[in-house]
Amino acid sequence: MSRAALLVLADGRFPAGGHAHSGGAEEAVKAGRISGAASLAEFCRGRLHTAGLVSASLAAAAALGIDPVTLDGAADARTPSPALRVAARKLGRQLLRAARATWPSAELDALGRQFPKGAHQPVVLGLAARAAGLGPVDAAYCAAYESVSGPATATVRLLSLDPFDATRVLARLAPELDRVVDRGVEAARRVVDDGVDALPAPSAPLLEIGAEVHAGWPVRLFAS
Amino acid sequence: MNAAGVRSVARIVARDDGRGGTTLPVLASDGPLALRRTRATGAGARVMLIGAMSGPLGGDHFTVHARVEEGATLSVGSAAATIALPGQAKGEARYDVRLDVADDAELHWLPEQLISAQGSDLCVTTRAEVAATARLVLREEQVLGRTGERPGRLTSRLTLRVAGRLVLDQELACGPGAPGGWDGPAGLAGHRAVGQLVVVRPEFGAEPVQGGVLAEGAALMPLAGPAALVTAVAPDALRLRRLLDEALAQLG
Repeated sequence: MSRAALLVLADGRFPAGGHAHSGGAEEAVKAGRISGAASLAEFCRGRLHTAGLVSASLAAAAALGIDPVTLDGAADARTPSPALRVAARKLGRQLLRAARATWPSAELDALGRQFPKGAHQPVVLGLAARAAGLGPVDAAYCAAYESVSGPATATVRLLSLDPFDATRVLARLAPELDRVVDRGVEAARRVVDDGVDALPAPSAPLLEIGAEVHAGWPVRLFAS
Repeated sequence: MNAAGVRSVARIVARDDGRGGTTLPVLASDGPLALRRTRATGAGARVMLIGAMSGPLGGDHFTVHARVEEGATLSVGSAAATIALPGQAKGEARYDVRLDVADDAELHWLPEQLISAQGSDLCVTTRAEVAATARLVLREEQVLGRTGERPGRLTSRLTLRVAGRLVLDQELACGPGAPGGWDGPAGLAGHRAVGQLVVVRPEFGAEPVQGGVLAEGAALMPLAGPAALVTAVAPDALRLRRLLDEALAQLG
């Protein structure tokens, strides 16, 4: 495998549409729950240990070759908000397009046929990592990092937050990101024997409720 | 499992009596958990879960298993809130709820709040297995600390399967020692009461509920299956109950 492929996949400029999503930050900013670097850090920390851990474990499991249809069902069950399920599938479809063009593979082609409307993004991410010759740890790192880099970047635009502050938030989360990846990969390896119930299912109540609030707005800067 | 903890198991089986009513061939409990049949308002049977002692305490392991057989209707409530308290035995307490609802059966699982007292450490798992034509109303409410008190550690995982298919799997972790950010702007943001209302109805398969925001801090969400979830956060238990009651009334 080439470690450099990880940089391509994790690059914020990889054309997979992630920049259009705030990961719940737009609603949290409007509601006043994110008002600066400190509250952004707490938001990202909460998202990392919930949605981030779920995504990391799903991506790692997909990278290990676990059946994507089963994983997609596990993702649905861990995403009660229909607005978030729609966003995850939209992101999955866009990522699949980019990944198939970048790392053509029979598995990615099959995924496209199985999910014409898109599979959950972390499942696609895991298979994209596989197609790129990367492993479950790499896939989990991509997913966990995206779970916090999206809201941090969005908050720079939403609050005119100093980009240095936003980047510092991400850098300080690095040790926790390592732990989330470890947990996610460990859970993914258990799926091989114990099935998808071994995947973690942590939830963040205000991410779910906030996603429904956000979906009801007539005008939005971000898609989710 | 700590030897100093208390194990307590309660079992309920509800059965169609063939005359439009429901009998309870099994209503068994031991230790701190006690079950009482009470007068039902409708056709089904009604059971109250009574905590004969306070708890669960650290090291305790409580299990409640309710099975509603084909065509039966059961409603389960509790006499008072459950309070998780620190115990003399070290280690976490466990509270496991297992619900099985067969075809054409109906279960209303509406216990009072679970209060996570300061210093407590409780892990709750609730697993509901619902058949294709069964109906379920399930409410869970978590209150973080008694009035003016810090919460204990609470982990609560709720899993729902309908006709063998996983429809909901979510875990809430809060209190000291929970992963970071649980009380932050993505988690609870200072709210001290959080609740879930799960409603499973076969007709939701063809016609899912219209989801959306019900009130500030409460959203109704059609799940990927014939079920809906209401998630709500509130400053206290009273306002949380009001949000969930209103949501249930809206579902009809």
